Amino acid sequence: MKHFRTPKLSLYALAFYALIMALSLTGLINGYIQHIINQSLIYVILAVSLNLINGITGQFSLGHMGFAAVGAYVSGAITTLVFKVSPEAGFAGYAVFVGGIVAGGLAAALVGVLIGFPSLRLKGDYLAIVTLGFGEIIKTVLNNIPAVGGPRGLLGIPKFSNFSFIFAAAFLTLVVIRNLVESSHGRALVSIRENELAAELAGVDTTRYKVLAFAVGAFFAGIAGGLFGHLLQIAHPTQYGFMGSVLVLIMVYTGGVGSLTGSVIAAFALTFMSEGLRIVIDSLAEATSLPIGGEWRMVIYALLLVFIMLFRTEGLMGTKEARFLVIGDPAKEGTR
Amino acid sequence: MRPYAFVAALLVFVALSAGAQEIKIGGIGPVTGEAATFGVSTKNGMTLAVEEWNAKGGVLGKKIKLVFADDKGDPAEGATVYTKLIQQDKVVALVGTVMSKVTLAGAPIAQAAKVPMISPTSTNEKVTQVGDYIFRACFIDPFQGTVGAKFAYNDLKARTAACIFDVGNDYTKGLSENFQKAFLALGGKVVAYEAHPTGTTDFKAQLTKIIQAKPDVIYCSDYYNDDALIATQARELGYTGPFVGGDGWDSADLVKIGGAAVENCFFTNHYAPDATTPAVLTFVKNYKARFKTSDAPDALAALGYDAMYIMLDAIKRAGKADGVKIKEALAKTDLAVVSGQVKFDANRNPIKAAAIIEIKGGKQVYRTTVNP
Repeated sequence: MKHFRTPKLSLYALAFYALIMALSLTGLINGYIQHIINQSLIYVILAVSLNLINGITGQFSLGHMGFAAVGAYVSGAITTLVFKVSPEAGFAGYAVFVGGIVAGGLAAALVGVLIGFPSLRLKGDYLAIVTLGFGEIIKTVLNNIPAVGGPRGLLGIPKFSNFSFIFAAAFLTLVVIRNLVESSHGRALVSIRENELAAELAGVDTTRYKVLAFAVGAFFAGIAGGLFGHLLQIAHPTQYGFMGSVLVLIMVYTGGVGSLTGSVIAAFALTFMSEGLRIVIDSLAEATSLPIGGEWRMVIYALLLVFIMLFRTEGLMGTKEARFLVIGDPAKEGTR
Repeated sequence: MRPYAFVAALLVFVALSAGAQEIKIGGIGPVTGEAATFGVSTKNGMTLAVEEWNAKGGVLGKKIKLVFADDKGDPAEGATVYTKLIQQDKVVALVGTVMSKVTLAGAPIAQAAKVPMISPTSTNEKVTQVGDYIFRACFIDPFQGTVGAKFAYNDLKARTAACIFDVGNDYTKGLSENFQKAFLALGGKVVAYEAHPTGTTDFKAQLTKIIQAKPDVIYCSDYYNDDALIATQARELGYTGPFVGGDGWDSADLVKIGGAAVENCFFTNHYAPDATTPAVLTFVKNYKARFKTSDAPDALAALGYDAMYIMLDAIKRAGKADGVKIKEALAKTDLAVVSGQVKFDANRNPIKAAAIIEIKGGKQVYRTTVNP
């Protein structure tokens, strides 16, 4: 039972939730900031789950958004096309929504396993190319299914996602992946990252564990995709292409490969940075009447990323974890 | 923790910017990303309209402030900027955005907040079906097919027609379907109706079939790169008759790829930069002067300008910067803008004329205007 004791993490999470709820209810943070927080939390799910694959297990996946697309479309199809529910339907509606989200996650995990068996025998760059191709295949397939809107996207998804749901999902993702990493299975995953051959010789079934990492990572990516679809009320194939996967990858690397804490921080920091720059640039343009517009935002955003990588190559957190994300006494556990 | 610092900074910013005596209009467009040229044109059009109104004293006695936000052509980013403009900047109305998929992510937010919005160029029918606060300034896809058929039948005197379109693209498919329907209704005959797969560059199989059926006109509803190839290959196969198409033909690259093959080709468009109506002449002149360019503004710039103009006119007639009033005024719009006289139907789609553009001597030349 040791692995399921999470007093500090739960406490911090509860405090964060209560604070945001309080600020939101008193109107101190408006819908815009609430929306950015919601989006950040979805990126927390995506980054943490990708970190399990890329950081903890040491595989290089470029197709994470492909799994998110499966989740978004499956859950979107369930709520929008099959049951046609809306938040006005009350409890039944929300039950369908939660069921849809979980189904989306399971479908993504299934796809993760299917992709996993043939392709995970590959290593390094070759695996990266296969996962990249997989992401594009998902996008193309979705483009050609008229039932879910084809190139026009799945429209009219009811807006079920709210801060509470997204927060709960992000929290669960963090707890489950943290517990997995800290378990003996997690040690096996880390051993694959450190030296696959040695791990194999030591009796670790490397292919099975790689598939496990992909399946769990894909499951949570699917959950994130479902939440995203029900937040934006649209699921469009182009959202889940290569660039989307790269954004999540950037979060993992700026946060620190192998550090779940880093992924959480980076997901928040980059999402807020992207929006914060909007305001910075607008006020700068207004104050100096220079001809700079929104198009400069992405230039500065990219420059900041370059600087982070130049001066902290290992990412914001390196491989370190915040104390409350480590079970037991970190001093005794030694480095991971 | 990082987020709180940002939140604090944002709060200070809100406090500082409150209380200005302006009317804020939100503008949205993809000035970065895959559709960046569309976004820039649209933004320029909106800016020009706002500056012209401000020069005349603004609206409701206040200066107009355009708060523009980039959506990157991405629905997620779109949802964020719509929320920002409504919640953070507290705009009274929205003009945007360009791509339907992004507009569809933003429209429910505007509708829920009861902020009237008008999209300059989103042609997807579903956009205005989101709710009664959502309008658009461009005609929708089915309309172009109908206008193309009318032009082919009445102006080109064609009695038989053939269609060719991309099977994997809703836009081109929709246009051809509606052309066929309208052409049959006028009394013409559609002798060939050929689909080609997405991404192909060899259209000879479909074209051979079409040419054997001897149509008076070929309706080709693809985008300009495919259009140019189809025209070239059809000419190689001996077809000398005219082509008619939709606004997908509108690109400077059309003639570069197609060369002489795209002569005797016509397409429906939102406006013609060389039309001689006073509205177009003034717009083109002012646009060139304001943005220091020798290129005529494209349809996106014209529609961005028009959309902003329609919105400001509605605010003026509403007499009050209030969502419900503006929405009601918008619905009663009857205004001459660059792309023609605009009224809205019950679904908040504009009823307006389409311009027919002809490719002549390697240039896009205004041919005529067709009313719906």
